Amino acid sequence: MTKWFEKQIPKIVLAPSFIAILLFVYGFIVWTGWVSLTRSRLLPKYDIVGFIQYDRLFDSPRWDTAMSNLFIFGVLFIVISMLLGLLIAILLDQKIRVEGVLRTIYLYPMALSLIVTGTAWKWILNPGLGIQSVMNDWGFENFKFDWLINPDYAIYTVVIAGVWQASGFVMALFLAGLRSVDDEVIKAARVDGIPTTRIYTAIILPSMAPIFLSAFIVLAHLAIKSFDLVIALTGGGPGYATDLPATYMYALAFSRGDIGQAASSAMVMMMVVFAIVVPYLYSELRAKND
Amino acid sequence: MTDFSINPTGRKQGRFGQIALRWSLYLILCLFALYYLMPLFVMLTTSLKSLEEIRTGSLLSLPRNITFEAWSTAWSKACTGIQCEGLRPYFWNSILLSIPAVAISTLIGALNGYVIAQWKFKGSNLIFSLMLFGCFIPFQVVLLPMARVLGILDLAGTIPGLIFVHVVYGIGFTTLFFRNYYVTIPQELVKAAKVDGAGFVRIFWSIFLPLSLPIVVVTVIWQFTQIWNDFLFGVSFSQAGTQPVTVALNNIVNSTTGVKEYNVDMAAAIIAAMPTLLVYVVAGKYFIRGLTAGSVKG
Repeated sequence: MTKWFEKQIPKIVLAPSFIAILLFVYGFIVWTGWVSLTRSRLLPKYDIVGFIQYDRLFDSPRWDTAMSNLFIFGVLFIVISMLLGLLIAILLDQKIRVEGVLRTIYLYPMALSLIVTGTAWKWILNPGLGIQSVMNDWGFENFKFDWLINPDYAIYTVVIAGVWQASGFVMALFLAGLRSVDDEVIKAARVDGIPTTRIYTAIILPSMAPIFLSAFIVLAHLAIKSFDLVIALTGGGPGYATDLPATYMYALAFSRGDIGQAASSAMVMMMVVFAIVVPYLYSELRAKND
Repeated sequence: MTDFSINPTGRKQGRFGQIALRWSLYLILCLFALYYLMPLFVMLTTSLKSLEEIRTGSLLSLPRNITFEAWSTAWSKACTGIQCEGLRPYFWNSILLSIPAVAISTLIGALNGYVIAQWKFKGSNLIFSLMLFGCFIPFQVVLLPMARVLGILDLAGTIPGLIFVHVVYGIGFTTLFFRNYYVTIPQELVKAAKVDGAGFVRIFWSIFLPLSLPIVVVTVIWQFTQIWNDFLFGVSFSQAGTQPVTVALNNIVNSTTGVKEYNVDMAAAIIAAMPTLLVYVVAGKYFIRGLTAGSVKG
């Protein structure tokens, strides 16, 4: 009896977590998926009626704005963070003496809450008293910077703050990657007289492909989940000009009490995430099992 | 400096070019440092200015008369909606919430990681994969059902409810951290211990736990940063008295009543950021290790 018990301990230890994940992750996804196919409004209903919530969602101009914002924000946020992170990593990899200090400075925003980041940038970008007035004081009398309250440009302020927060993290990833490139190969290339830029473009960067992929996955994931930053920086406004799917879902779930719409928008978000993450995780897990 | 050894013949122009290049490199790196530090600088200086000076002065100037008025307002008087008690009660909420949530999720992660790495059974890898996928879901997809479940459990709007939520959605990552760490410990060790008659608990307690300090630090820092900085769960599952500090900060900044007190906003933001910033400064190495472990698995 004790022998049997001893053998079962690993399963008993893992069981509560397994049940919790099954219930609170996968069960909840099924629940949300189910409700997204009903006419639920303030209270959930459970008779499936088909895809009317998705029809409503795709007809909604606000959702349309949210999705195109996600696209604009996502692409710019990922591309700029990667370029900036890579540039700084390469510059920092030149045997810099105070590297430790600089690295600490570049990376600290990642320790902050996005609400703090949003609050800080909201103040810096304040059209009356922020950057605009600094530039005016410096003699650029006509300098105007009102992106924060301009519906056409407000989404770019989210990019500015987002890049500030995440680019240092990308730098850290790339720096680790640069350090792991085989020194012998680089030395051999140097001896052969290959110019430094060629060494980077032809040898070092291609060998870092997996790191580009990880950085992309992390940033894409951050972009899709972005919620706090928009809430703190613009509150989704002006109007709903800076809505993202995450803020749309929240607004419909908790302010408008439209559970069906909230559920369908959450499902669309999840599919976007899975379209990016599943192939990556699949290849990771397979590589590990081989 | 090293250039001399690389190029002992030392063409003069070449060396001058090298030095110029070196200097511009440092210049660029310092400019980047200024870019990252600027918001923190602006927050700090703004929080030490009077409102009058903010209105007449410049964003980037140092305060002429340093005043801590804004800090004490932010801490104990600023309004988060109807209540005007400052950040203090919410800061306390965040502490009450993150300590148990971090401790429980780390403990569960350690046990799970130990099983998955060293006590494999049929299906344990599948469970691990399911947990891993769970790390990546956008939490929006669980908000609605979780709100209902918390209601059913009578935990809606309470701190224990928030602890529960953070533990449930934290164990994926904590398990991952410990599993990846324990995999590197040779299985022969466990086998030898088994031969000597030690069991599951004994091996964990006297072999694995003493080796675990680095990964415990990484996991605790990761979880603490995640939970302290969380906003989505905080704003969805709390009510007036139980909000965490991030939600209270957002309410202070976006409350529409009265004059906009930018100095109070900035002081509040720094107060809310202080604990995670402190952890970063003290244990940055482990913080980075957690970040990279969370993104580059294996």
